[in-house]
Amino acid sequence: MLAHFLGVLIDGPAYGMLLFLLSVGLSVTLGMMNFVNLAHGSFAMLGGYVSVSLAQGANWPFFATLPAAFVASALVSVLFERVLYRRLYRATDLDQCLLTIGIVFMSVAAAAYFFGTMQQPANVPLGLRGYVTFLGIDIGRYRLFLIVIALIITVGLVAGLEYTRFGAKVRAAVDNQRMARGLGINVDGLFGITFALGSGLAGLGGALAIDMVGLDPNFALKFLVFFLIVVAVGGLGSIGGTLAAAMLLGISDTASKYYVPELGAFVLYAVMVGLLMWRPQGLFGKRQ
Amino acid sequence: MTDVTAAAGAHGYFQAQARWRWLEIVFWLATLLPFVLTPSYLVLASQIAITALFALALDLILGYAGLISLGHAAFFGFGAYTAGLISKWGWGEPLSGLLLAGIAAALLGYATSFIIVRVSHLALIMITLGLCLLLHEAANRAGWLTGGDDGLQGVTMWRLFGRFEWDLYGYTAYAYSLAVLFVLFLLARRIIHSPFGLTLRGIRENAGRMQAVGAPTRRRLRVIYTISAAVAGVAGGVLAQTTQFVALETLSFQRSAEVLVILVLGGAGRLYGAIIGAVIFLIARDQFSGINPQFWYFWIGLLLVVVVTLLPNGILGGLAQLLAQQRRKKSS
Repeated sequence: MLAHFLGVLIDGPAYGMLLFLLSVGLSVTLGMMNFVNLAHGSFAMLGGYVSVSLAQGANWPFFATLPAAFVASALVSVLFERVLYRRLYRATDLDQCLLTIGIVFMSVAAAAYFFGTMQQPANVPLGLRGYVTFLGIDIGRYRLFLIVIALIITVGLVAGLEYTRFGAKVRAAVDNQRMARGLGINVDGLFGITFALGSGLAGLGGALAIDMVGLDPNFALKFLVFFLIVVAVGGLGSIGGTLAAAMLLGISDTASKYYVPELGAFVLYAVMVGLLMWRPQGLFGKRQ
Repeated sequence: MTDVTAAAGAHGYFQAQARWRWLEIVFWLATLLPFVLTPSYLVLASQIAITALFALALDLILGYAGLISLGHAAFFGFGAYTAGLISKWGWGEPLSGLLLAGIAAALLGYATSFIIVRVSHLALIMITLGLCLLLHEAANRAGWLTGGDDGLQGVTMWRLFGRFEWDLYGYTAYAYSLAVLFVLFLLARRIIHSPFGLTLRGIRENAGRMQAVGAPTRRRLRVIYTISAAVAGVAGGVLAQTTQFVALETLSFQRSAEVLVILVLGGAGRLYGAIIGAVIFLIARDQFSGINPQFWYFWIGLLLVVVVTLLPNGILGGLAQLLAQQRRKKSS
């Protein structure tokens, strides 16, 4: 019983932190442009594959592949933003959904074509494998590493948004896009940068996720639901909300796997539908 | 159109809208051609009719009432499992089983419609998706009832009207699915050309204004959502009955996304868009999936991107635009 509880206590937050990294970009860009980007998971998957192929094909060390995953996802996402997304900012939800589902389908097929449908191996360095024993409890090193990395990034993000000029502009654009434009803020350019940053973080998350949840071509579809749950429950454009929702989701999903494995993801979906019925704008979202 | 309304009033407008055009009659006669021309493809033809019916159900809420659903497979699968289970439990009469499947899906649709009309934008997408995932997971876990991942086996149907055997070549299956599609198409056509249908289009264009002119928008949306759920349930029921098997996949997200793709490809809000989309999509899949089933989704994705960026109203919308341009050229 105690082992279960401790398992939830370590694995839950590690998983939650991972989900936060993966979905925070989606939350901010959705809050800013109201663009329903279902292809967010494709950028995360791209980061994962970049990390794997660099580590295996070019023998890069694991730590060097992480920034590469970030940069690759950010660059590719900017390309998509400029060429495709830009046309549909004022289109209906449906058109945005369809365009991005189309991109998801293409990315899934492309990943299957280039890398095959099998699970990709994680190339975690020796130092991060195994367990550390703390007060008689075994804690996975990689889990700890994930939590630390995600905490550093979260602090960086919050500081960047709260204390820099760029962050102030982003907050202004999320709060009221038209007003921000009126004040002379270049919202489109700002959005491009934010979008790249968010997708880059997703790519980094995708690379970090391999050891914990695996990587195969269906990653983009499988985790799409998780990103959307985190964003919808957390409330659009709210970093704190996204963090809280990601932790809630990570811990409750891990807990239900430990305690009621026969129910599977049922609990998760039921909680999400219930939460959204209660507060359609998310836990921390503003009332519209 | 405007002079028609001026001359004969609202009644005349609805009559003019509902009049059958010769192209429609030709179209429905053409649906009989597979019996003579391609009898070896009747199984595929009946799949097309079922998918078209499912897309038609989605068209009612998406094309006419403007409600986006990423989880309409919930009703499709629910109808399929209902029809399958009824027959497994010993009642193999097709028509009554189908009716029960439709009623079951309608009840589920009615119950969820109260949630659906309260939310919009991302929350709407998430709730429809969430409900579908919820059912999928429930069916997956309740293996004692549904067969779980292996699907529901042991569905045996009695002869249609006590006479027609469910043959291997799909003669009965296609005739049955086509007849169901036609009857429900007539119903859908009647609905959207009624004052109620006009209200729905009004809600799609501007819900606030419809409320201001006194239309009970939420109640109207609940009604059409329930009808759409029933139609989707019947489509699922036909699939279960003609294939005598229910796969867990009938409840999946892929199924929901696929029907959305089909509808948008054909053209939403045009009735025939659902059918044209299903014909093109399933024939193309039948042709290409033999080459490389994985890669098939790449082309679907590309098609979606192209349709959204270049043909915002689907194939039928594009054709209509082309026709209008031709006409303008002629008159000028």
